[in-house]
Amino acid sequence: MKISKSPWLLHYDASSCNGCDIEVLAATTPVYDIERFGIINTGNPKHADILVITGGVNAQNATVVKQIYSQMPDPKVVVAAGICACDGGIFKDCYNILGGTDTVIPVDVYVPGCAVRPEALIDGISKAIAMLDEKKQAAIEHASCQIHYEDKED
Amino acid sequence: MSFQQVIYPSLAFILLAPVVGLVFSGYDRVLSSRMQGRQGPPFLQPLYDIVKLFNKEATVVNRVQTAMVIAFLIFSVFTGCIFFVGSDLLLVFFALTLAEVFLMLAACSTNSPYSSMGSQRELLSIMAYEPMTLLTAIGFYMISGSFNVSEIINRDVPAIVELPGMFAGFVFILIIKFRKSPFDLSTSHHAHQEMVKGVTQDISGNVLGIMELAELYETVLMMAIVALFFITKNPFSYVWAVLACFIVYFILILIDNVFPRVKWEKMLLVTWGVTFALGGANLLILDMIKIAEGW
Ligand code: SF4
Repeated sequence: MKISKSPWLLHYDASSCNGCDIEVLAATTPVYDIERFGIINTGNPKHADILVITGGVNAQNATVVKQIYSQMPDPKVVVAAGICACDGGIFKDCYNILGGTDTVIPVDVYVPGCAVRPEALIDGISKAIAMLDEKKQAAIEHASCQIHYEDKED
Repeated sequence: MSFQQVIYPSLAFILLAPVVGLVFSGYDRVLSSRMQGRQGPPFLQPLYDIVKLFNKEATVVNRVQTAMVIAFLIFSVFTGCIFFVGSDLLLVFFALTLAEVFLMLAACSTNSPYSSMGSQRELLSIMAYEPMTLLTAIGFYMISGSFNVSEIINRDVPAIVELPGMFAGFVFILIIKFRKSPFDLSTSHHAHQEMVKGVTQDISGNVLGIMELAELYETVLMMAIVALFFITKNPFSYVWAVLACFIVYFILILIDNVFPRVKWEKMLLVTWGVTFALGGANLLILDMIKIAEGW
């Protein structure tokens, strides 16, 4: 059974104008209902598989973003939601903005839009869900390669 | 009690309880989303969740926690086995509390403030529901003259006829036991509460899988105690018992979706109030009937 059947989501507001946050919440409402895919909005990085980040990363929260990412158990994927999270967007030239999410952590899916549309977000998240399985498979192959390698060394 | 009388029911419980538990939680997920006007996840979602959790790595904060969570699972299974071999009901309730203690120890072994707060609230929850579980056991003793489950089900009239108050009280504490709103203080399956995930805050990946598995065993055990109120010598009573379990579970889901979370003071007050009003009154009336019969 694929692990992508139950992706739990963590939403972090880096320095969003809240426009994207509201759309993320809209995706959990009965109209869009992302729980159809088994997605639960958990508040806990240790339970999460998908990290959704809205807004660009600034000097203050760069460490927070890194810490949240490192607390999530593998396999995990990151979705940058909204143009600010993709590359800094309208706030790009601000003195405190470092840029998009990928300036501090690796991003798997970029979802554009200002604000991000719930439909686009769901599309992006379903792409991310597919990547979860790929990552798990890659981890298994990597582990078996290592075992072969150690066997040869003996 | 022979060896076979112990081993077969225990094995059946160990193998079948997760399946039955998954049916209950699938029913919960689908029904909750329908009550909220959503399509919601598929019925098998709880199974997907557990399989995923066992496929994930765990970020282990300390060794003690993992050991405690495993102990929680072992004692939950052990408690269920005691019940299903038809043994002492009092022992079941005490062993269940022990299992719960391991969960609390797991939660307070880490230095996450949310986790230790969750374990304190778990302690308060136990304080709130424990009197009612004991009263229930005493109620069963009063009507059947034994604490043994095998003798309680070997009667002509279902226990609910004589213990309606106990039954209502027991269903009430199930809200706390299953961590349903308004009494989901220590942790909740719903997102975003004031202390994030409470007890399960630092439990992750496959260790969380173990904990969810233990909860499935507990769910089945609690529903079995609900069924105990309906089961008699008559084999048809099992049908009523299963039906009653689903109705009780439906009521719990409804309550979960209707009420907001309350503070612990209120939980304690209301639960003890219900315990004394329903459980206590039931016990008193039973006692008076006994005395009257004695005359
Ligand atoms: S993309 Fe637009 S709506 Fe979203 S955080 Fe940036 S400015 Fe706000």
